[in-house]
Amino acid sequence: MAETLIRLRDDAASTAPVVAFADLSEAGNTAAVRLSPGDDARALLPLLDQLTLIEVEFPAYTDGRGYSAASILREYGYTGELRAVGDVLVDQISHYRRVGFDAFAPNQPITREAVDKAIATWPEVYQRTVDGRAPIWAARHG
Amino acid sequence: MYQYDTHDQAMVDARVAEFTDQVTRRLDGTLSEEQFRPLRLKNGLYLQLHAYMLRVAVPYGTLNSRQMRVLGNIADTYDRGYGHFTTRQNIQYNWIKLSDTPAILADLAAVGMHAIQTSGNCIRNTTADHFAGAAADEVADPRPYAELLRQWSTFHPEFDYLPRKFKVAIIGSETDRAAMKLHDIGIQVVKNAAGEEGLRIHVGGGMGRTPMIAPVIREWLSPLQMVSYLEACLRVYNRYGRRDNKYKARIKILVHEIGADEYRRQVEDEFAHILTLGLEPPAAELDRIKAQFADPAFDPAAPDAIDRSDPDFALWVDQNVHAHKAPGYGIVTISLKPVGGIPGDASADQIRLMADLARDYSFDELRVTHAQNIVLPHVRKADLYAVWQQLDAAGLATPNLDLIGDIIACPGLDYCSLANARSIPLAQKISQRFADVERQRDLGELKLKISGCINACGHHHAGHIGVLGVDRKGVENYQLLFGGSEGADTSIGSIIGPGFSEDGIVDAIERATGVYLARREAGERFLDTWRRIGNAPFKDAIYG
Repeated sequence: MAETLIRLRDDAASTAPVVAFADLSEAGNTAAVRLSPGDDARALLPLLDQLTLIEVEFPAYTDGRGYSAASILREYGYTGELRAVGDVLVDQISHYRRVGFDAFAPNQPITREAVDKAIATWPEVYQRTVDGRAPIWAARHG
Repeated sequence: MYQYDTHDQAMVDARVAEFTDQVTRRLDGTLSEEQFRPLRLKNGLYLQLHAYMLRVAVPYGTLNSRQMRVLGNIADTYDRGYGHFTTRQNIQYNWIKLSDTPAILADLAAVGMHAIQTSGNCIRNTTADHFAGAAADEVADPRPYAELLRQWSTFHPEFDYLPRKFKVAIIGSETDRAAMKLHDIGIQVVKNAAGEEGLRIHVGGGMGRTPMIAPVIREWLSPLQMVSYLEACLRVYNRYGRRDNKYKARIKILVHEIGADEYRRQVEDEFAHILTLGLEPPAAELDRIKAQFADPAFDPAAPDAIDRSDPDFALWVDQNVHAHKAPGYGIVTISLKPVGGIPGDASADQIRLMADLARDYSFDELRVTHAQNIVLPHVRKADLYAVWQQLDAAGLATPNLDLIGDIIACPGLDYCSLANARSIPLAQKISQRFADVERQRDLGELKLKISGCINACGHHHAGHIGVLGVDRKGVENYQLLFGGSEGADTSIGSIIGPGFSEDGIVDAIERATGVYLARREAGERFLDTWRRIGNAPFKDAIYG
């Protein structure tokens, strides 16, 4: 069945109100934030310990800034939920997964089966990313 | 040359399976054309004016004979008996049926080839010096780095939806045969006083609407940090490149707007962070790749003399054979620019013949050049006559390399949905006007490049003589540029005055060559004379 929120995590979804990045300074001790494509993910680094949900907005699937935002957040140790929101299509899911997204809130619902199939597209990967998969060069050289 | 292992093959096979599924869904109506479009574009499949066009990647322009033969067979089986070699060292087929594309990709995958990332706003196929590993003037072989980049950029998850397409070129000698400084990233492999290899990184070059020469962003980079550094270059671009205007979205605009120093500072900050992540393949991987690009078994006793008693052969040797690093060998460039022909086109039979010649005479290797010709990189001088005879019999021995007949031209309005004007008929007319090879040789090195629209696929900015086709109130009109170069002396040409009709521009080019012949000093090329005397004498002769 097609769903509007698919989570690849076992913990319970955050119920905290989601604060837009621009309103962070007034929101105080928030646990959930939404990044737009132009927002600097690094500005969230001091807050990573208190955040349990970061939504990264994709107004159009062609705007790839959110991939770098997600990578940066994971590289600096964020372990909470990282949710791709908006024009999120099944054909981009495998890439989303590789840069650290573990939840999807697509405008057009996607089935869980389609998500699992998309993630399984690539038997191997060439790059080391935040998803922890061993790249092909590691397989070659142990 | 590089051979796929089981890992590389698994990736290509997975792509064929994925795309076959997507085509099936399109053909049965599950996917609309609108939904299918971004998927096919990830696979080099364009919908052009008359049919689908499939662009096949030739990584850094290098092919073996089996791969080349398959390219010929595809032209026969699925197209109209020919293929078109492009300025990005790739091959395009212009008359493809959508339902055939899974079979074509399967044929390609069987010889380790694909159409991955030959379109879309992602890192495109890396290009390289077409004489790599053969040229007498080579400092270091760029191909191992190009292969490392191929692997790193293939399905890179962070950089598949960049602001705009992204092209990397790499060279390993002072002579730039890859237009390196006119790429988003241009890399030159250099050596220091101790003989160690390093990389000089240029960022922010390009042609198109706003031509720019890439500034040096890193003077020296350890080869064992290349992936991390490029990761930083791309991340800064992905985050801060403009997305509000398609025509200002290339990295050259970002570097230009914030300045090379500020871009460098941002990259260095990101690079310092990325170095902590362990993304770089180990030295053993670069060594593994380098071993596959080791020299073939050159015969140290190969004779150096060439029998020049056949004057037509001698002419071809002088024009189309370059100095090789190994004594007794030469680098053969096969011109795909016969008089009156379509630049870069080759028939299926010609493609298969070139494959056979590579197998029999060039250690199984071929290269595609950005000037739309084919190279046999390692031919014994003693075999040159036999090679020339077979090429000549197939219409492939035109002795015009780097002469005015060696024209670069984009497909233009005959095929391309972006074009404003036709490029091919104009190239054919110029080629016919200057058909006499002795006249061409008298004019010397003269790089003429034609684009049918501002996107500059025909590299008109970088031509000693450049031609840009525009649409003027519904009529094709051609603007004339002088002074461009894509070599080590890279420069951007400038438009000299009002445009011309198709016949008018052929006359204008002929008058320009007349000015050159009258004013040149000893040893000067057309470009050198133009640089010395400036535009005015040419304008007077053309418009006067």
